[in-house]
Amino acid sequence: MNRRELLRHLGQLGVATTLAAPMGRLYAAADADRPRFLLVFLRGGYDAANLLVPVSSSHYYEQRPRIAIAKPGEGANPAAESALAINSDWALHPALRDTVYLLLQRGQATFIPFAGTDDLSRSHFETQDSIELGQSLGGSRDLQSGFMNRLALELGAKQAISFTDQLPMCFRGPARIGNAALRDAGRPAVDAKNRALLSSMYRDEALASQVNEGFALKDELARELAVPQAGENRENRERDAASRNAINAKGFELEARRMARLMRGRFSLGFVDVGGWDTHVNQGGASGALATKFEELGRGLAGFADEMGASMWQRTTVMVVSEFGRTFRENGNRGTDHGHGSVYWLLGGSLARAGVAGEQIELKAGTLFQNRDYPVLNDYRGVLGGLWQRQFGLSNEALGRVFPGATALDLKLV
Amino acid sequence: MFARSILPSMGLALLLAACASLSPQLAPEAQFRAVNRIGWGATSAQLDDAARLGWPSYVEQQLHADPRKPLALAAAQAQINALKVQQRDVSELLLQVDTLRREQDKSASEDERKAARQAYQAQLNTLSRETAHRQLLRQIYSDQQLLEHMSWFWFNHFNVHQQKRELRALVADYEESALRPQALGSFRTLLGAVARHPAMLRYLDNDQNSAGKPNENYARELLELHTMGVDGGYTQKDVQELARVLTGFGTRLEPGAPKLRPDQARQYVRQGLFEFNPARHDFGDKLLLGHTIKGRGAAELDEALDLLVAQPATAHFVSQRLAMFFLSDTPPADLVARMAERFQRSGGRIDETLRVLLLAPEFAAAEPRKFKDPQHFIVSGLRAAYADQVIVNSQPVQAWLRRLGEGQYDKLTPDGYPLVAEAWNSAGQLGTRFELARALGSGPAALFKAESPEVSVSVPVPVPAPKPLLRSAWFEQHLAPRLSVGTRDALALAATPADWNALFLSAPEFMYR
Repeated sequence: MNRRELLRHLGQLGVATTLAAPMGRLYAAADADRPRFLLVFLRGGYDAANLLVPVSSSHYYEQRPRIAIAKPGEGANPAAESALAINSDWALHPALRDTVYLLLQRGQATFIPFAGTDDLSRSHFETQDSIELGQSLGGSRDLQSGFMNRLALELGAKQAISFTDQLPMCFRGPARIGNAALRDAGRPAVDAKNRALLSSMYRDEALASQVNEGFALKDELARELAVPQAGENRENRERDAASRNAINAKGFELEARRMARLMRGRFSLGFVDVGGWDTHVNQGGASGALATKFEELGRGLAGFADEMGASMWQRTTVMVVSEFGRTFRENGNRGTDHGHGSVYWLLGGSLARAGVAGEQIELKAGTLFQNRDYPVLNDYRGVLGGLWQRQFGLSNEALGRVFPGATALDLKLV
Repeated sequence: MFARSILPSMGLALLLAACASLSPQLAPEAQFRAVNRIGWGATSAQLDDAARLGWPSYVEQQLHADPRKPLALAAAQAQINALKVQQRDVSELLLQVDTLRREQDKSASEDERKAARQAYQAQLNTLSRETAHRQLLRQIYSDQQLLEHMSWFWFNHFNVHQQKRELRALVADYEESALRPQALGSFRTLLGAVARHPAMLRYLDNDQNSAGKPNENYARELLELHTMGVDGGYTQKDVQELARVLTGFGTRLEPGAPKLRPDQARQYVRQGLFEFNPARHDFGDKLLLGHTIKGRGAAELDEALDLLVAQPATAHFVSQRLAMFFLSDTPPADLVARMAERFQRSGGRIDETLRVLLLAPEFAAAEPRKFKDPQHFIVSGLRAAYADQVIVNSQPVQAWLRRLGEGQYDKLTPDGYPLVAEAWNSAGQLGTRFELARALGSGPAALFKAESPEVSVSVPVPVPAPKPLLRSAWFEQHLAPRLSVGTRDALALAATPADWNALFLSAPEFMYR
């Protein structure tokens, strides 16, 4: 086969067409009206009891003498160190004062305590995997089928992206999902001729779709994240009218703002994970290691909301989850160990209710699960399923395919 | 109890070696696959060795590796010899780092504090880069490929994250004195060495685990990730009981023993940075896996580890992980069962377990293929490109591995990097591999520029930097005949040698082993 034949062959496969004209087919599908959903996975089991502080529980203050967050208006330095009031039972960690707490005051944040899974292994890896697979426990599991992939199948697979270096388990499955961590966007890519040769080498391989998806995505990222230059075409200028300058942020906020730029384009379904929540030792209280993590996460989430732009944020929800909560009692090292129930966060521009949602229970010695953890009263599949039925209009049958065997829990969140 | 009921392991090893010599020799194509899988990727010299000895004898040679043997290429070994992490004792290194850390508190002005902080971080980063450089030199240039392969496997199995606390000063010694000596030896001895190494004790917080103030972190991972596996049949109660056994096992930087009552002082143990402190130990009896461990001090841990290694679940879990690492994401169940049986009957001999795998017909079979993780992809590329030409600067390589999501000593969580293809074959990953294939294939001059003082030793640096020639006799003989039509056509259209190299390193045939 000579070069001309090879290129003709590629043309027949549609590969060369895609590479030569990335503006065509791929972008036509962008649909500004489509609802958006971002899943944020906090890996490591974050300490939910210090995020959404159960201020009416005297047991909380007895069990956490060195790491508890003071009630609103109390403590040595109330302005900086006390929790931010939500209602008479709950208050928010002060590290979120300028970010997520502002969203909450605008009616754009809701917390769902006692959320989680019935997986009791208390293993990070086992529990993360079982949540990401989203299948019933006890039965035989299909390790090649994650719930975000099944959701992508229901919603149209071309619209999903994972903002991670590797494809997470929740996105595994038959829908081909692209992935790109956005820390280092816009690196120089392989030139068109070599791309065509690479595609041809993989044409009979199972990896062919990933290879071609990767090339297309690379182009798109470079285009979407580029700073508009003088003389660029009109379409681009309009697209970036709301943020003409390069993103002025770093760390997770920079990534989150880039994610928003892509999600206000053709991607309506996204995933990102944030690690480092396994606070066995010296986690701190109102300040310290965990507070710093909350602060960085909060800035990223608020930056995401801001970058989506007001009208797109109206159609967007963000759910923040973690594999489990931590022990209610602090351990011997001013930290906490692996627990059970967690607190999920829901952010969005048009939530039906702000504050705290879902089934709750008074927190005292007798109500802790196995005398150590939050119980799980709001199953993650039910909570997400209920949200998606409202947001995406998923039928019961469709939801049954996304979360086999689970029942939607309608918390009337949006 | 299991170890006493079998033949002494040395006798068994000889017996098996004798059996191995009767194993059939492999056909050239199968031998290429086997050589390519036993280590970090085939080289011409390695293929010649295996051809000269025959596969079964080559396996024996590889199983009898000596972890202290210098690299045959003097220009590689000279670089290793010049590293601080190689020359200095780990206690000395940690003490230095600790002194720098204290300087920060002593500094009077903000500028001084900043300078002290930078000096502290610079020292830790130097140690980290040196450790990574040593690992890469060994993986690329050692002829003891099985040993180097297993050293990485065990680090990953007993993973620690270098960014936690001062672990950057400890990982070199962890690799050298805890993992490598037993990489092909006794799993039980390996487990004991890991349990007493400050890198693991600090990483999983066991130095904070004391009587009445338990910390379950290490105990849980010891059961879940190091021995029995998450489905191995232990309970939350077993985790708690093992955590009690582990109380008092920690680290100590100051010389000598802490102040203790005379009865406790007798039980105190100190080896380098490791200490067993009876004042922090829970002396009650423990019930682990239905077995009572009498509370009595440091010896409890040995009893607990004996118990864990004797579990059938452990034999199965370790064998499964080994077969996944070398052979396939879903290794044949009967092969894993044969390995597990050998593991158990030999009291956890790693070499004997591996011999079952390496001499199995499946090991040299064409299918299934194993998709390379980033470390295999990059190192096998370097072995193909620079087998005889010693690089002097591996910092670009270290950065490539980080870009591919598999930085050395950089996995945050104790489960180590995943062993399955799905973790590494995403669209984003493949795109980055194609870019790095171009970087490597073009022969980056930075690999031959000794700019960092820690590796600037008197090794001959070639000027100009050599360009890799991947289209070698090795390629023509072993790979060219078996390329797919797609790959062959694409390679034929490469415009330059650098393009050819990049395409070859990007080809499906190179992504699998």
